[in-house]
Amino acid sequence: MALMQNGGMRINRRALFSMIGATAGASVMYNAMSTLGFAATSPYTGPIKLDGNPKGASVLILGAGLAGMTAALELRNAGYTVQILEYNARAGGRNWTLRGGDRITELGGEVQSCQFDEGLYLNPGPWRIPYHHTALLDYCRRLGVALEPFIQVNYNAYVHSSQHFEGKPKRFREVQADSRGHVAELLAKATAQGKLDEVVSKEDAQMLLEALKDWGALDASYAYRESLLTSSRRGYARPPGGGLNGTPLPSTPIALGDLLKAGLWQTLTSGEDFDWQSTIFQPVGGMDRIGKAFERELAGLIRYNAKVTAIDQDAQGVTVRYADARSGAESQQARADWCVCTIPLSILSRMNVTAGAPLLNAINSVPYGFAVKTGLQFKRRFWEQDEAIYGGITFTDLPICQISYPSTGYHSSGKGVLLGSFTAAAAGFGFNATNSIAFTAMTAAERVKKSVEYGAQIHPQYREEFDNGISVAWHRVPSNLGCYGAWTKQTRAEHYRNLCEIDGRLVLAGEHASELSGWQEGAVLSALDAIERLHRRVVSA
Amino acid sequence: MQYRAKILASLSLWTLAVLTVAWADNGSASMNGPLTFASQDGATLYRTICQGCHMSDAEGATGAATYPALAHDPTLAAAAYPVYAIIQGRNAMPSFAAYLSDAQVAAVVNYLRTHFGNDYKDAVSPALASTARASLVHGQN
Repeated sequence: MALMQNGGMRINRRALFSMIGATAGASVMYNAMSTLGFAATSPYTGPIKLDGNPKGASVLILGAGLAGMTAALELRNAGYTVQILEYNARAGGRNWTLRGGDRITELGGEVQSCQFDEGLYLNPGPWRIPYHHTALLDYCRRLGVALEPFIQVNYNAYVHSSQHFEGKPKRFREVQADSRGHVAELLAKATAQGKLDEVVSKEDAQMLLEALKDWGALDASYAYRESLLTSSRRGYARPPGGGLNGTPLPSTPIALGDLLKAGLWQTLTSGEDFDWQSTIFQPVGGMDRIGKAFERELAGLIRYNAKVTAIDQDAQGVTVRYADARSGAESQQARADWCVCTIPLSILSRMNVTAGAPLLNAINSVPYGFAVKTGLQFKRRFWEQDEAIYGGITFTDLPICQISYPSTGYHSSGKGVLLGSFTAAAAGFGFNATNSIAFTAMTAAERVKKSVEYGAQIHPQYREEFDNGISVAWHRVPSNLGCYGAWTKQTRAEHYRNLCEIDGRLVLAGEHASELSGWQEGAVLSALDAIERLHRRVVSA
Repeated sequence: MQYRAKILASLSLWTLAVLTVAWADNGSASMNGPLTFASQDGATLYRTICQGCHMSDAEGATGAATYPALAHDPTLAAAAYPVYAIIQGRNAMPSFAAYLSDAQVAAVVNYLRTHFGNDYKDAVSPALASTARASLVHGQN
C-alpha cells in the first residue's frame, strides 16, 4: 500500500523502511516505524517466510490449539511432513465455544448439557481480540474468519458495590463523569489558589485551568455541580426530548466522598488498558470460528483423542507415546525428526519428558491461573429491553466479578445468553483469585446457581427470566487442568528463556511460551518464533 | 512480604485492587479481604479451596494429566509435606501463601491428615506454616 508521497514519488512503506534500515541502521528504522505507528504494536511483520528446503523432515506437533495449528499450517506449507496429536475430540484447545447440544464433562465426572437456543453461545476461554494482536488478526484475515466489534466499555452498563449505595448499581457514565469532574474541580481549586505554583508556571496554570474545565465539565467558576453541562456527561434526570415535553432536567452528581468510599473508581479504567482498548474484536458466531478455520486447513493431519503420556528423544528424533483418551486403550507411538510441543505446562509437568534440566525445571516452575466462566440463558434480553444495555461489561464486587452482555444480536426477540460470571476479573474490581478458587471448588450446577443469585442483586429480572446455564472452571477442564501459565517476574527471569529454547529435537510453544500470558496472540507468536528457529536449524544442518 | 509480591506480580494480565468481598452464605468460606479466605475451619477451607482440584472425596481426578489423590495418602505422614506444598506451591500446584494465614494452613492440613482415610495423630501447628513461609520469603524454594 502506498503510504507516503515524497517529491512526487510514491514509496510503499516496506521499501521505505528497508531504505532507512539500509542507510541508517536498525534503531533509526525502528524509530521511523514507531513514528508511523507500526513497530510499537506487534513483533509480527506479516506471514512467516520459511525459505529453504526442509528435505523431507518430519515434525510431530502436540496439541491442536492455536499454537499447534499455527505451527502445523506453516510447517506443512514449507514442505515438512506434519502430524498433530490432540487430546480432545475437537481442535482449538482453549479457543472454544459452547452451544446448544454440546455436552461437556468436568474432572470429577460432572456432565453438563448446553441448552442454549440456536445461535447463542458462550466462549469459555478467550473472548476478545485487541486491535494490536496483529498476528492473530492476520490469521483471521487469511483464513476468512469474520470479525465484529466486541463492546468492552458500555457507558450505560453498571458498576456495582454490594456495600454502598444500598447495594444499587450505578451507571458507568455517572461514576466516570463524577469521578473525573470532582478530580478536575479539586485540581482547579489547587491551581487557582496558587498551590501548584512550584510545579506549574503562571502561563501553564492558565492553560491547565482551561483544560480542566473542558476535561471535567466544570462551570465558569471551575465547579463540578448539578447542571445540564454535567448531565451532558453523566446523563439526565430527564433527557432532552421533543415537543412540549422536550425540556431536559439535570441529574445530581454523586458526592466525591461517596465515590471514594465505594471504590467504584476502580472499575473505570478497563477500557483504557492497552489490552482492552477500542477497537477490540470477536469472531462472528463464536471464538471457535478461528480454531475451526485452522482445522479446515489441516484436514487429515490431526489425530484426535490422543492422550500423550511420554515424550522421549534421541539424537535422531522424537518418540511420543500416547493412549486413547476415551478408552485409555493401549499405548501407541508416533515418531518424527522434530517435535513442537504445545501441551499446557499444567499437563506437561506431570508427564515423562526427555529433556535437559533447564527445560525440565522451567516446565515445573509455572503454576496455572484460575478462571471460571458461567453462561446464563434468559427468556428475553431484559438488559436491552428494560435497561438499554447493549453489550459491554458490568463490574461488581460480588464474587461473580463481571456480567458481560452479548455484543451481537441486539433487539432479538427470543432468548439471550450473557456471561453471568467471569471470576478472573480483568480490571474493574481487580483480580481476586479467591473468587476463582472458590468457584472452581463448586460443582458446575452450584456455580450456575450462585451466578444467578448474585446477578439478581444487580438485575432483579434474573429471578423471573432465568432459563438455563453452563459453567466452565478451567482447573476442571480435562485437557487443561488450568487456565494460563501464571508466570511471576522471578520465574520469568529464571526460566522463561530456558522454556523457549530448542532442547535437542524438542521445542515448546503456546501462550505459556510468550510474554502475552493467557492471550491467543501469545500462542500464535510463540509458535511462529519456535518454528522459525527450528526451521533455521533444519535447513542449516 | 516478598512471597506476596511474587504472587501479585504474576497477575500481570489483570489489574489489582483492594476491596472487601463477602461470601456470606451457607457455610462456604467467606472472603473478608481482597486475597484471603475468612473461614478458620479446616473442613470449610478444604471445600472452598482444595476440592477444586483434589475433588470433594479427595480422590483426585484424571484427564490429560492427574490431580493426585489426598485420600489414603502415605505422603501425608510427614506433616511438613502438605504444609510446604500449600505455602510454596509444587510444580503445577500454585502457592496459596497469599490467601491463607498460618493458622488456616494448619487447620486445613490437620483436617486433611485426619479425614479421607488418613489418620495421622500429630497435629500441625501454625508455627510450621510460619517456618515454611519464612523460607519462601527468603527465596529458598
